[in-house]
Amino acid sequence: MSARQSKTSKTLVMAATFIALAALTGCHKKASGVDPNALGPAPAAPAAPPTATITADPLAIDLGQSVVLNWRSQNATSISIEGIGDVNLNGTQTVSPSGSTNFHLIAKGDGGTTDANVRVTVRVPVAPTAPASGPAADMGSEAAFHQNVQDIFFDYDSYDLRPDASTSVTQAATYLAAHPAIKVVIGGYCDDRGSAEYNLALGENRANAAKSALVAAGVNASRLRVISYGKEKQFCTEEDESCWQQNRRAQFSLDR
Amino acid sequence: MHSQQRTFPIRNALRNCFAAFLVLLVSTVVAYAQEGFHTETSTGVTNVRIAVADFKPGSTDPQTDPLKRTFDATLFADLANAGIFDIVSKSLLPQATPGAPAEMSLQQWSVAPTSAAMVAFGNFGVQSGKIVCNGYLFDAKNLQYPQVLAKQYNEDASDDSARQIAHRFADEIIFRLSGGSQGIAESKIYFVKINGGDKEIWEMDYDGANQHPLTKLGTVSLSPRISPDGSRLAFASLGHDGFQIRMFSLVLGRMVNFQGVGGTNITPAWAPNGKDIAYSSSRSGDPEIWISDSNGSLARRVTSFRGPDVSPVFNPRTGAQIAWISGRTGLPQLYIMDTDGSAVQRMTDGGYATSVSWSPNGQFLAFAWDRKYGPGAPGGQDIYVMEIASKRWIQLTHDGGRCDFPSWSPDGRHIVYANTADGKAGHMKIMTMLADGTQKRALTGPGADMPNWSWK
Repeated sequence: MSARQSKTSKTLVMAATFIALAALTGCHKKASGVDPNALGPAPAAPAAPPTATITADPLAIDLGQSVVLNWRSQNATSISIEGIGDVNLNGTQTVSPSGSTNFHLIAKGDGGTTDANVRVTVRVPVAPTAPASGPAADMGSEAAFHQNVQDIFFDYDSYDLRPDASTSVTQAATYLAAHPAIKVVIGGYCDDRGSAEYNLALGENRANAAKSALVAAGVNASRLRVISYGKEKQFCTEEDESCWQQNRRAQFSLDR
Repeated sequence: MHSQQRTFPIRNALRNCFAAFLVLLVSTVVAYAQEGFHTETSTGVTNVRIAVADFKPGSTDPQTDPLKRTFDATLFADLANAGIFDIVSKSLLPQATPGAPAEMSLQQWSVAPTSAAMVAFGNFGVQSGKIVCNGYLFDAKNLQYPQVLAKQYNEDASDDSARQIAHRFADEIIFRLSGGSQGIAESKIYFVKINGGDKEIWEMDYDGANQHPLTKLGTVSLSPRISPDGSRLAFASLGHDGFQIRMFSLVLGRMVNFQGVGGTNITPAWAPNGKDIAYSSSRSGDPEIWISDSNGSLARRVTSFRGPDVSPVFNPRTGAQIAWISGRTGLPQLYIMDTDGSAVQRMTDGGYATSVSWSPNGQFLAFAWDRKYGPGAPGGQDIYVMEIASKRWIQLTHDGGRCDFPSWSPDGRHIVYANTADGKAGHMKIMTMLADGTQKRALTGPGADMPNWSWK
């Protein structure tokens, strides 16, 4: 204890000595300077330039959704955002722009002007473009499609192609080769008899049989999509063979 | 062929017998075939004769009367439908309405014409918005210690609560008097409701009450299958890319994820462990049976044979076998195999067999069968039950129109199925019967299809 106390008092003595020296030597400059009172009122300290930030959350939205803008400023006297107008110095606002927008914030203050930007991207669904002209993009007419790509009919409880289906397949393959833009949905259908669950599997086999025949005839498999409807979407509902036959089919339609 | 020949003598005998004898014979066949179905009828002993008294009103609350009426009717129907009781017609009951053990004079109930061996009675009232119900089961032949069961129920007052209390009390009685067989009065049935061009999945109580929709998908949804714990419902639904397996959570009340794949994916079936799902998938270009976990991942293929393979169902007892329908030889037939695809056995010898359901004890298959299928062929599609070990079968429905989609009750003593009298798909309604083909009755009106009974 006593050792520490003596050290402290020694330090104090040294500090007092330094201060005394400084007081003796330090005031010459001031004495030779200009008297401030002669210059009139002192100018105000120069104002700090304003700062501003703006953020958006989220930065990208789908059309119709909204986004929250959040801005903060310092040393500003007025804030305006292009497209919104004058706003508070600090604030948030919810906007739902109809297209991608650059929100440009301008902060004015005594110290100058500054700006900040945030870009909100709006994903607008692209309207389907009109097909380019030329044979490569020609889907042909619906009528021409059905005339050339005819449904394939099946025997009762069978998914094997009948001999009479081969001409339909050849004709369909030729038409599809001439119209490479066409994609096709092959729907598998069954007649009203039998069980709903089994008929869904049978319809799948029927549509796949038609698909395999088209692929064998040179149509690229990626252009063909298979859906089994079983007996869920009947073409007709009469209880006779002609109606049942119409329902037992692989039906082709344009896959748009 | 083997099984067919063995059953022909039975069929011929049936045709030549009087109606009464016919019923007797059918029930003996069932008794022989179905272990775990030893009701008093099947062992030659008469059913327990039970009298079900209307419960005594327990309060003067205006709600008591209508709710008590629901309760009385539900309790009576549950016990009558159980198939193990000889239930005393209400017109033969004594005038007195005992509401408590002290008010019960058993001699009145044990003598003719009531002649009851058991009496269910009690009181039922509504007090400040709550149902208070005391139910008793007395042994009418044991005057010294007659009480078999005493239960108290306390629920919010509503028609549904009154029904559920009756179901629970009925299940208690059935459990005591059936030798430990769990009642089914609290079980549920899931089904497809036909609504114009759309089909949605609905739920109802086992007796057809409380029918309400679960899904509102606005498309064609088929083949509902409830998970063993009753928490999730798998089904197939038509979307942009055809039919896909979908999953509905009954706990969350909304759809949950099931991984989609290419091709037609239909007819899901739960393994008894609640973790695996078998279904028909044509992702490989041909409909085959696949097994995945209940989210649709880790799928593996089980069958590989050209032609439709569809409608799998696990052996609910072991989980080690699958029964399913295959068109590999032409018309669809019923097959069983181990879950790794080995030990394939064909069960039906011809005709058109579909829609199989495996009994809870693992011994029987119920399925729809048109034994002379083809244009102009006689007969129709009916419900059959086959004993797996012997491949012997009995026919449960006759001349009632087209029948399909049998599903076993949790106790294995009932079968729910779909029936259309005129063959039109839109006129399908849901029926139930005892597993010996008796006590058929409709649970819904037309426009309901593909019933699936809960596991418990």
